[in-house]
Amino acid sequence: MFSRTYRAVITLPPVTWVAMFLLVPYILMFCYSFWSVSSLQVIVHSCSLANYRELLSKSVYLQTLFRSMWIAARVTLFSLLLGYPLAYYVSFQSGKRKDLLYQLVIIPLWVSYLVRAYAWKTVLGSDGVLNTLLQYIHVSQHPLGFLLYSPFAVVLTLTHIYTPFTFLPIYASLERIPRNLIEASHDLGASSWQTFRTVILPLSVPGVLAGATFAFVLSLGDFLAPLLLGGPSGIMISNIVVSLFGAAYNWPLGAAISFCMLAIVVGLLFFSERLEKKWSFR
Amino acid sequence: MAPADQQPQPSATTPLLSIRNIAKSFGKTSVLRDISLDVAAGEFLTILGESGSGKTTLLRIIAGFESADFGEVWMAGERLDTMPPYKRRVNTVFQHYALFPHLTVFENVAYGLQIAGRAKSEIEQRVTEALARVKMSSFAAARPANISGGQQQRVALARALINQPKLLLLDEPLSALDANLRRQMQIELKSMQREVGISFVFVTHDQDEAMVMSDRIALLRMGQLEQVATPREIYRYPATAYAAQFIGHTNLLRAEVKSGLARSHSLSWSTSLPDGPALFSLRPEDIRPASGAASAVSFRGRVKQRVFHGATELLQVESGDLLLTIRIAGKEQTAGELQLEFFTQDAVLVRESAVRT
Amino acid sequence: MELQVKQSRPLAWYAALVFAFLYLPIIILIVYSFNGQGVGGFPPRDLTLKWYRLLFSDGAIWDSVWNSLLVAAAAVAIALLFGIPAALALDRAEFPGKTLFRRIVLLPLILPGIITGLSLLMLFREAGVKLSLITIILGHGTALISVATTEIFAGLQKFERAQEEASLDLGANYWQTFRRVTLPNLRLSIIGAALLIFTLSMDEIAVSFFLIGRANTLPLEIWGRLRRGITPEINAISTIIFAFSLCAIVAWYRLRMRSESGQEITDELLRSTKL
Repeated sequence: MFSRTYRAVITLPPVTWVAMFLLVPYILMFCYSFWSVSSLQVIVHSCSLANYRELLSKSVYLQTLFRSMWIAARVTLFSLLLGYPLAYYVSFQSGKRKDLLYQLVIIPLWVSYLVRAYAWKTVLGSDGVLNTLLQYIHVSQHPLGFLLYSPFAVVLTLTHIYTPFTFLPIYASLERIPRNLIEASHDLGASSWQTFRTVILPLSVPGVLAGATFAFVLSLGDFLAPLLLGGPSGIMISNIVVSLFGAAYNWPLGAAISFCMLAIVVGLLFFSERLEKKWSFR
Repeated sequence: MAPADQQPQPSATTPLLSIRNIAKSFGKTSVLRDISLDVAAGEFLTILGESGSGKTTLLRIIAGFESADFGEVWMAGERLDTMPPYKRRVNTVFQHYALFPHLTVFENVAYGLQIAGRAKSEIEQRVTEALARVKMSSFAAARPANISGGQQQRVALARALINQPKLLLLDEPLSALDANLRRQMQIELKSMQREVGISFVFVTHDQDEAMVMSDRIALLRMGQLEQVATPREIYRYPATAYAAQFIGHTNLLRAEVKSGLARSHSLSWSTSLPDGPALFSLRPEDIRPASGAASAVSFRGRVKQRVFHGATELLQVESGDLLLTIRIAGKEQTAGELQLEFFTQDAVLVRESAVRT
Repeated sequence: MELQVKQSRPLAWYAALVFAFLYLPIIILIVYSFNGQGVGGFPPRDLTLKWYRLLFSDGAIWDSVWNSLLVAAAAVAIALLFGIPAALALDRAEFPGKTLFRRIVLLPLILPGIITGLSLLMLFREAGVKLSLITIILGHGTALISVATTEIFAGLQKFERAQEEASLDLGANYWQTFRRVTLPNLRLSIIGAALLIFTLSMDEIAVSFFLIGRANTLPLEIWGRLRRGITPEINAISTIIFAFSLCAIVAWYRLRMRSESGQEITDELLRSTKL
């Protein structure tokens, strides 16, 4: 029904733009990762695997990468532990307040990332709200040092940020479960817990996967929360990239690390997509 | 493009619309195969077929929403299939009406005139007339979401006719209406078509609807035309076994002809056909309780089952190893063994319908 | 009818705790923007508007607010300009590389901002483009095409295709059909997308972080001050941003409520993970 011209007009501009500003930059990143920096701080356009070799040989990179993944994994786990029961509660047991509660979960999503990270900083600091509160009610005499500038602070903040992200897809998948399935399950003699385990949980797997992917991928690449709240022990892989692109001035090495991150992320997306297909019964 | 000398000149004898050797497939599925069909000026032609027969695709090719893989469509001496839909003097009433939800009833009907750049006063006048003709004047300011299905149907009709097309296409326009409204709209549509004198090509899967409304029926099956004829002709003389079964009820009698005598199970009757196998269609109403007419084929049958339809009643009758359906007036009392008869001219020879995979 | 699942009291308490976790930091932030003693210290005391006064006389902050508004408006324009045709193309055109195109368009939704930011930084460096607000606009606009595309694609799925056919049938050409039928039907999706893109751009920091020239956007201005230490002025500006975000979400919901369910942001998130 649509003429060739029509299809060309709707296709060419976005394809051209996206190729220019998304595809080409990704390819460029890939190219950069094979280049190097001369002693005069000039980028040398000759290809070698030196950056990747360095990545694998210096333990700091791999260690930081693993620490980042470990932090991201904890964030994912906690977000699911907070998000799933919340989604279950809102979807099945909140009754008339359902819409209100749903929107209450959404609102923090709209609050600036930076504002939320900053809020935690004011809460967790050594003369922050939490420490002064603890002293005020005489639970502790001295400010607790581990609260701020630690991986703990990073995990806490990122969990706070990504819990609504994991809530949303889980909630959506719970909402899509036909309610008569649950009635059928009860009718066949299953208890509430059995119904949850054998009907609700399996049918909500796609939502859990989507939420987990979100939380893991986005926290893996985060560099602002660690800078703000992480301290030296909370440094993540993106912080290394930032310094390589800044003061350390080694763009090619930074590009190599970024490209590895890109590969990990894309790999994860494919993996979760395949899992999701396996678990979606529609 | 066809060479210029093949271009038909419009005259009284040439049809308004001429579909020539149209073929279309979606991927590996062949939807239409070599369809050729003419529509005369002022004719009400129904394309009848089951879902998946390709009837909607054929309509969409005429309207210009699909392009054929092969073949041509001509209208009044003009090649149609190479034109974009908006240049064709063909308008469509869509299956679910496709009224613009963001426009009022008036604006919906006015749409075609506005696009054509008509003067405001002319638009005002013509839309008012068109709405009056479909009895929708009082709903001019309403939005499509706020009027009933039957009313939407009328607005869709007014909108499609406003540009004075040479040909109106209707894609199962009544399928969303309930039975009573549907019957009423069938009659209204038919009289509207008489009034405006525009050719209608009407697509439906409902054989009753086709019979009621059409000048001619084109029966489509699995992308091929089974028969094109008037309702009477197609009912009286179905060309194929499929046509006989799809339009009305029938009894198919598989017979063997031998020296002027057709024999099917326990029945036999004289025929002028050459020797060999033959397939006959015998309508249920053509079998009746025996009156003793000399020219009739008479046989005994036992009533197995009866289905009451009000004015008539359908009986399942067993005669030997033959099971026949017969239709009798609903008032008649029948049970047990019956003496039945039919006339040989009512047993119509039909072609075996091709079985396709 | 809501299903009668047996109410579980522990679950309700747990949900309340999660809500507390989500909201407490935000509430504390707002409360301390009125605290005369500055950030921290319990209990808050000396209610004051001092920080807001300080904020309103702070020229650098307002410059950055202006920059952010400019960037957000331009990003909305770019994202819609390419997102609308992109959604149309995904809906109704077949072309080689369509799957790749879809995946790449949507990638910035799920990709950490650092990767989008850095890859663009390299592009601009290789092309010899100086970093400025323009590069930030290009970055935001490009990354947020993903949001425009998903929103409008969803709108197209709900839109009855036969309406466009009806328009063509009545003599309107493709452009007239787009303007008079397609666009009005996508109105809600487009406004929704614009609102979302605007808010996301106002908040965006990871991409801007790498593409920044001399002029700061608001998040980067705040970021710069945070590195120097926390001040209640930032609580004050955060409170104002929060208030604006609330207005945006209320506007968004009222818009959605008029069309249909408020489920769509959820659906969008789900879609965006299915690259």
